[in-house]
Amino acid sequence: MKIGVPRALAYYAYYPFINTFFEELGLEVVVSDPTSKEIIDEGVEDAVADACVPVKLFHGHVKNLMGRVDYIFVPRLIRVNSEATFCPKFLGLPDMLACSIENLNNMLEVRIDIAKGKRQLFSLCLSVARKLNKGFFKAWNAYRKAKESLEKYKLDFLKGAIPPLGIGVQEKKAEVKLGVVGYPYLLYDPYVSLDVIGKLVRMGAYVVTPEMVPETEKRKYARRLRKMLFWTFSNSVLRTAFHFMETKLVDGIIHVTAFGCGPDFIVDKIMELEAKEKNVPFLTVAFDEHTGQEGVNTRLEAFVDMLKRRKVKEAIVV
Amino acid sequence: MRKVSFPYVGNATITFKKLMNAFGNEVVLPRRPTEETLSLGTKYSPEFACLPFKIVLGTYIEALEAGADTLVSTGGVGPCRAGLYTTLHEKILKSLGYEFEMITLEPPGRHLKELIASIKKLVNKRLSFADYYRIIRFAWKELQLLDKAEKLSHKIRPLEVKKGETTKTYRKCAELIAQARDYKDLLEIEREIELLYERIEKKDYDPLKIGIVGEIYVVIEPAANLEIEEMLGDLGVYAERSMFLASYTFYNAVMDLLRMPGERDVKKLASPYFKEMCGGHGRESVGNAILFAKRGFDGVIQLSPFTCIPEIVAKSILPKVCAKYDIGFLSVTLDEQTGKEGLRTRIEAFVDLLAAKRKHKEANKKGDVVYGALFGN
Repeated sequence: MKIGVPRALAYYAYYPFINTFFEELGLEVVVSDPTSKEIIDEGVEDAVADACVPVKLFHGHVKNLMGRVDYIFVPRLIRVNSEATFCPKFLGLPDMLACSIENLNNMLEVRIDIAKGKRQLFSLCLSVARKLNKGFFKAWNAYRKAKESLEKYKLDFLKGAIPPLGIGVQEKKAEVKLGVVGYPYLLYDPYVSLDVIGKLVRMGAYVVTPEMVPETEKRKYARRLRKMLFWTFSNSVLRTAFHFMETKLVDGIIHVTAFGCGPDFIVDKIMELEAKEKNVPFLTVAFDEHTGQEGVNTRLEAFVDMLKRRKVKEAIVV
Repeated sequence: MRKVSFPYVGNATITFKKLMNAFGNEVVLPRRPTEETLSLGTKYSPEFACLPFKIVLGTYIEALEAGADTLVSTGGVGPCRAGLYTTLHEKILKSLGYEFEMITLEPPGRHLKELIASIKKLVNKRLSFADYYRIIRFAWKELQLLDKAEKLSHKIRPLEVKKGETTKTYRKCAELIAQARDYKDLLEIEREIELLYERIEKKDYDPLKIGIVGEIYVVIEPAANLEIEEMLGDLGVYAERSMFLASYTFYNAVMDLLRMPGERDVKKLASPYFKEMCGGHGRESVGNAILFAKRGFDGVIQLSPFTCIPEIVAKSILPKVCAKYDIGFLSVTLDEQTGKEGLRTRIEAFVDLLAAKRKHKEANKKGDVVYGALFGN
């Protein structure tokens, strides 16, 4: 049996778990092709016009898998911890797909509401395995291997590597250190984000993303706002930004966002105001399906140059 | 004395003013949003903020300029981002140098303590239980009356013989309600409203019926939706909206406290297509569209602010649902750039299509063969 996993949205945050789990269950995992012009076009064709690029991309990736697999895995992410949920588009994702894409009838919709932790995660895994006619022990085994694989993935990030982009452990000696914050499905999809991170690394910057900051550090800033944000990924982004601004670990922050992203207008504005207050250089880059390569290059180069010059100036003053 | 102000929400503004006065506050009455308000709000809002965010920010700035020192608004528990608007509004306004206190009224289900604390801040007068009862009964009745006057106006506007009469009557009703001092007044006014509307000369025919669904602020506040209901009424269409402030307050404040999910049937109807609550009014939009279809309406218009997340989800589901229930569907996205004339053209075309569709259906019912029908087959 073949199971298709769309390479979009939550995929980038959890793919080691998903892939390992299905493989260990004895299924053949087919991941949709890396994002390309065709996939974006396919998605734009079917998705509702106002949706953000990542959601349109998800439609494209699902269409890319159609006809090739027995099941297409579509997660409905509701909660992965007790404090926050996800963007409404994540909550309504399977419903949107069912109405937007014609002849989509092999969707394996999995409702992920695991606010209470590991035990709930395992029982969820078990129910998925049951749906695919696999037994308890196979499910347990797959669950353990999948968890290990996700742990390793997270650890790689903490060491300073960016596995989904194929960037190994970065050298700490770099001239400028940059915090690049944004959602995993934008940062780690080199096509849609025009390889922002790769470009910065090639410019000689040391890039830190939210996944590279330990959870314990982020938690310290949980109470920073009077009211916590409602979305898991947004919380992670905002806390990372607070962490950068507070500890001055980085020379500047780049916020990578999607055009029309709902939660991000709040996240972005809070970061912008905070950065102004703390005097931290801050740049927002918004992407959509039409964003051009050159415009982004110019902005990134200018930003990095500015940071370098700022450093020299500071050194002279000191 | 506190100088309180709050966002402008249709005619309910009057009720809030009286409520705040009764609690012993001075009120800086928010102005009805104008183009100026919107451009003021847009200037200081992030690019992708939705229309209600911008309008409300503009209203706040105007109120603060007029001397308010306390802003009151509602919160929420997500995942719709509107629950965080007060937090961000406060940050933006403080960064602009205004000094004030922001009071957020959270829904009682999960934030009962905070809600009581905020209400305590707003009560600046010794009040007995009897007083509270009196104030709340009055405010509640007033909200209901305002909704009633509005509902009647929607029903009668398409039937009026003299154009504009209903609008005039409606304004008069709102004025009457605004002048009411106590519960008895309201009861009298209720009778008067019915009389006033009865006096309007009416045609006798069955108008096209269109249901309006969508995000609450743009549905309720005419200044935000370019007076779409009036526009429809003038075209001879009966427009009914899915949401009114009184029922909304009831479901979200009272029922929330009792942990009873409001509008159960609407949610049930939507659930085959919309399996998960996703905040805002996305699910209600779908459920109400089905409800309208079942009641024999001709079409549904969805109003949503640009980048509103729950409505985007609803928007991708609604066309299929409406096709299944054989009801016309038009989605209108509103932002600060939306022009009234452009909207009117779209609405006129939509109404024409619905009229043709109805004619076609009636013809089919009689068993006649229709040739050359442009719409449908």
